[in-house]
Amino acid sequence: MEKKDALINYCLRLGDSSLILGQRMAEWCSNGPILEEDIAMTNLALDLIGQARTMLTYAGEIEGKGRTEDDLAYKREEREYYNTLLSERPNGHFGDTVVRNFLHSAFFYHLYQALKNSSDEMIAAHAAKSIKEVTYHLRHSAEWLVRLGDGTSESHNKVQESLNNLWEFTGDLFEMNEVDELLIKEGIAVDLNSIKKDWDKTVNDVLERATLSRPEDEYMQTGRLDAMHSEYLGHLIAEMQFLQRAYPTAKW
Amino acid sequence: MEDIKKLEEFQAKIDAEIKIEPKDWMPEDYRKHLQRQISQHAHSEVIGMQPEGNWISRAPSLRAKVVLLAKIQDEAGHGQYLYSAAETLGKSRDEYIEELQTEKAKYSSIFNYPTLTWADMGAVGWLVDGAAIVNQVSLQRTSYGPYSRAMVRICKEESFHQRQGYEIMAHMANGTPEQKAMAQDALNRFWWPSIMMFGPHDSDSPNTGNAVKWKIKRETNDELRQKFIDKTVQQAEVIGLTIPDPDLKWNEEKGHYDFGEMDWEEFWRVVKGNGPCNKQRLNHHKKAHQDGAWVREAALAYAAKQKEKQLVA
Repeated sequence: MEKKDALINYCLRLGDSSLILGQRMAEWCSNGPILEEDIAMTNLALDLIGQARTMLTYAGEIEGKGRTEDDLAYKREEREYYNTLLSERPNGHFGDTVVRNFLHSAFFYHLYQALKNSSDEMIAAHAAKSIKEVTYHLRHSAEWLVRLGDGTSESHNKVQESLNNLWEFTGDLFEMNEVDELLIKEGIAVDLNSIKKDWDKTVNDVLERATLSRPEDEYMQTGRLDAMHSEYLGHLIAEMQFLQRAYPTAKW
Repeated sequence: MEDIKKLEEFQAKIDAEIKIEPKDWMPEDYRKHLQRQISQHAHSEVIGMQPEGNWISRAPSLRAKVVLLAKIQDEAGHGQYLYSAAETLGKSRDEYIEELQTEKAKYSSIFNYPTLTWADMGAVGWLVDGAAIVNQVSLQRTSYGPYSRAMVRICKEESFHQRQGYEIMAHMANGTPEQKAMAQDALNRFWWPSIMMFGPHDSDSPNTGNAVKWKIKRETNDELRQKFIDKTVQQAEVIGLTIPDPDLKWNEEKGHYDFGEMDWEEFWRVVKGNGPCNKQRLNHHKKAHQDGAWVREAALAYAAKQKEKQLVA
């Protein structure tokens, strides 16, 4: 594998995860439990889609075939998407969303902390900018998780169940292959094993405050690295890409 | 006796263009009128998130998606500070929301029409926000301080939204034949409901009387409607779209456009709950509210626990 191909793939992983999670967060618009949450969740969606635009644009530039952020977002099939399995999980109820976002934001937080030192200037700058946003995302989801976990017995049971259901998708966040291997050598990518313990600590601390129990690491789902997804992604993408697919010659 | 004196002082303030503030004495009818009008305005911002939210997931470019999201976020923010302004009149946001959900309070009828194509995102911004701005610019001078200040803030953002909507329409009107057809269709569907947003003719408007005397309303429905039509007709011409009104023509003598009669039967039908989306919008709002009940309860329970811990410590 060439460094160029590895780098494109790496940027797609980052960009796709932000895009899909952003698309999920946007689904909350007008559905939040209070107006302030509608505003907050729209904010998360805006940040995430902004992050996706930067990484997809960069992936297109490295590729050098003139593909734009929109070509990459709207004209790839689901088997060409490299987002995390966690990011595509459906919103479910508010607690499901909070748990998914918490686990994912904690991952992004530690990933971007490390990528600030990437030898690739674009990725380093992207991480430095994104860390500010992701810090807020992590605080937002962690504070809600604590409130729901240590709120009523109903809310406690609900989010414990969300956590149990989503846990099997956390292993996928830390999987690596030859892309990582090559880029770690170049000082571009981060060894995900090295941020796993930071992620564990963040997760454990917040779960403790939330009076929730951390599920056992039993079987972990996998697939991100091979663009193998759940059935949910195809529907999300079909909806997202509808206009571009239906009117391929139109400009918007 | 006392009340007559207070009422005279109140009217003197209004006449002298001094704003009425929350703690000032005000006639009960003035308070009620404002509670109704400001909450209706807040509800409109919130319900208005639905027809636009309908297209976020399908926005045709990432830029368009971000612009639309930011716009809807602004609307939610407008709802938030309009509820705050309405709360200064002695009723809580929960009470206002209860009135909305039990259909004691209304919201703008325009949001009871569906958004069927991407061009509707253009039409809503250009026409619906455009009509709202004409009304809101006028309301910046309204006599109630908190409402007036909220309007100043809101107007800045709304004019931005209108330009974005017009940009979508212009872009589509100059696009492929399908895009142009979508743009014209959106204009056809939204034109009449938009000009009816200003409400019934002055001669049929039951709420105008005191509202003008008390300077809650600074211009009448018909005056505002005329302003909107005058500025919008040319904008349509510039991008090559046709306003669906065969009676529309420039009246040199009046210096205004003449226009055809609106379908008031449709207007009242939608106001009374039988528009294409009335039930959908309200049920959506109720469902989100009910689905979030356990979350709000959890937040309250958590806050109570924290308070208890502090007391023990």
